Amino acid sequence: MKVVVCTKQTPSTTAVFSVNNGAVSWEDSGGKPNVVNPWDEYAVEEAIRVKENHGASQAIALTMGTPDSQEALKTCLAMGCDEAILVSDPSFAGSDTLGTARILAAALEKIDGAKVVIFGKQAIDGDTGLTPVQVARKLGWTPVTYVSAIKEIKGHTITLERLLEDGKETVTTDLPVVISVVKEINEPRYPSFMGIRKANRATIPTWSAADLNISGGVGAGASQADWSHVYAIPAREGSVEIIEGDSVEEKVAALVDKLFEEKVI
Amino acid sequence: MSYQHYFQTEHDQIRQITRRFVEREMMPFVDAWEEAGSFPRELYQKAAKVGILGMGYPEALGGTPGDLFMQIAVWEELMRPGSGGLSAGLGSLHIALPPILALGSPEQQEQFIRPVLAGERIAALAVTEPGGGSDVAGLATTAVLQNDHYIVNGSKTFITSGCRADLVTTAVRTGGPGSHGISLLVIEADTPGFSRSQPLKKMGWWASDTAQLFFDDCGVPAGNLIGAENMGFYAIMGNFQKERLQMSIVANMTAELALTACLDYVQQREAFGRPIAGFQVMRHKLVDMATELEVSREFTYRVAAKMNDGVDQVKEVSMAKLFATKMCDMVTYEAVQIFGGYGYMREYLVERLYRDSRILSIGGGTTEIMKEIVAKRIF
Repeated sequence: MKVVVCTKQTPSTTAVFSVNNGAVSWEDSGGKPNVVNPWDEYAVEEAIRVKENHGASQAIALTMGTPDSQEALKTCLAMGCDEAILVSDPSFAGSDTLGTARILAAALEKIDGAKVVIFGKQAIDGDTGLTPVQVARKLGWTPVTYVSAIKEIKGHTITLERLLEDGKETVTTDLPVVISVVKEINEPRYPSFMGIRKANRATIPTWSAADLNISGGVGAGASQADWSHVYAIPAREGSVEIIEGDSVEEKVAALVDKLFEEKVI
Repeated sequence: MSYQHYFQTEHDQIRQITRRFVEREMMPFVDAWEEAGSFPRELYQKAAKVGILGMGYPEALGGTPGDLFMQIAVWEELMRPGSGGLSAGLGSLHIALPPILALGSPEQQEQFIRPVLAGERIAALAVTEPGGGSDVAGLATTAVLQNDHYIVNGSKTFITSGCRADLVTTAVRTGGPGSHGISLLVIEADTPGFSRSQPLKKMGWWASDTAQLFFDDCGVPAGNLIGAENMGFYAIMGNFQKERLQMSIVANMTAELALTACLDYVQQREAFGRPIAGFQVMRHKLVDMATELEVSREFTYRVAAKMNDGVDQVKEVSMAKLFATKMCDMVTYEAVQIFGGYGYMREYLVERLYRDSRILSIGGGTTEIMKEIVAKRIF
C-alpha cells in the first residue's frame, strides 16, 4: 500500500500582492515568495505518519504545477516523503479545479499501489476545497473530507474521524480513499537539514500530458471558471479619534455620546 | 557575479528553516526564559530533530555536513530572539565537541558526540578556573593516572551549560607546568566526585545556565582521554579559532538587532514636535553604528571564507573578534542612549542587548589576549 499526498505550491502567507491590468503578481521580503500550501503541510505530515504508523510502503508527494513547483516537492522530501512527482505541461495552464482533478486522477492511476490519497482541506490561493472530492469522483474512490484523525487502517478498510461544525464523526470505509485533512490532525514536523540537502540532489520526475494520455478537458480553454475581472480590493478608509477630557467620567460620557451618534449602541 | 556571495540557495534554505523554528519555538518564550534564567531542556531535542544542533558534523554521527557558512546561517538565526544566553546555552556543544571530533577515537565519538547531536545529552567545555582565565597554560586542575582512572582534583568556573551538562570536555594538568602538561578529559556528570554550584548570577546572558564545577578525587576512566596525553593545549588553542569566529558573528547579530530596533524607534519617537530621526545628530549617530556594523560583518565573513578554505586565520579571526565585540559595545551603548529612559527598562530589547554585549569581549579570549595574538604576528 502506498500513500500519496497531493500538494500545491502557493504564495507565501507573508507575500505582498499587486494587480496590474488583471494580472496578479507577488513578492516576499523574506525571500521565499512561494511555499507548500500551508494546509497541505498537515497532509504531508499525515502521509508520513501513515507510512510510519500504518504500514504504508511509501509516502509519495504529487504536485501539478509549473516547473518551479519542484521547490514545494523538495520541501515534502525534506520532511520525509520517499518520492516526489511533478505533473507539468503547458497545456495544463489555467485549469480550473475540475481540470486539475482530471490531471491528478490520471497521475494517481499511474502510481501502482496507491490506496490512500491525502489533501489539505483547501489551498490558500483558490480557497475552494473542491479538488479532493473531484479527484475522488474521477477515480471512483471514496471521498472523506475534514478528517481530523486516521484511527486505523486494517485490511481493506480505513477508519477516520471527521471534524464537523457540530462535533466529530467516525467513519469506516473501504480503501482506496481520497481524504482531505484539517489542521487539528497533527503538528507538522519541520523539514530537516539533512532532508533539505538530500532533496536538493534528488531527481524529481516530471509527467507530461502525453505521459498521462491526457488530450482534452484541461487547461484554460476547458475551464468553467471565468476570471474576467481581477482587481485589488480598495484600501479601507478609517480614522482614529482620541477622546479628550479632564476626568475619566468626562471621557466616558463623551465616548458614550459618540457611540450613540454612530449608532453602535 | 564579480563579487563573492557567501550564502547560496542551500544556505538560504537552511536559514529559512532555522528562522521558522526560531519564530515558533523560541521567540514567543524568550523573555520568560531570560527572567527564569534558563530554557527548557526539551528545546535541545526539538532543535536536534531539525538538525540545528548537528549542522557541520558528520552524517555518520547524526549530524548534517555543511560548510562554515551553513553553520553561520544557523548561528545568525539563533540570535534573532536577541538572547545571547539562549544562543550560547543551546550552542555550548560547539565548543565542547570539536576536540572530540578532531582527536577522539571512533568509539569516543560515538559515545560522546552522537547523543549530544540528538539532543539527548548536553555538552559543555571547561577550561577557565577560579584562579585564571586567560592564562590557559597555567591551569591548576590536576589529573593523576592511577590504574585505569584519572583522579581529577580542582575547579572550573564560568562554564556555559555547566548547571545541567551531562558531559564536560575538561582541560586538566596531567604533566608538568606550562602548556606541555595539559590534557583533555571528558568528565561525565554522574562521575563520583563531580559536583557543581548553583547557577551563577550574571550581568547578561541570563537564559544561559552558567556554573562553577568541582572535582574532588573524581575518578574518570582513562578511556575518556581525548587525543594524546599532555597535548591538550594545542587542541584548546585550535578550538578557540572557531569559537572566536562564532563570538564575532554573535557580536554582529547583537549589534544588528540593536540597530534595527533604533531605526524603527527614531521614526516613532517624537521630541520638540518631530520624530527624532529628523535630528542630524541622531542620523549621524545611526550612520556611525550602521557603518561599523557593515565593516565588521563583511570582515568577519571574509575571515570565515578563508577559514572555510583552510587558510590560517589565527591573526585575522582575533582581529575580527576584537573589532566586532568593540563595535557591538558601541552600538548597544548608543542604542540604549537613543532609547533614553526606555532603553534602561527591561521590557525593551536594547537593554538586554547592552548587557549581553559585555561578555563578548571577555569570553572565548579577552580583547587583550586577542591583541597579544595579533601583536605576535605583525611584528
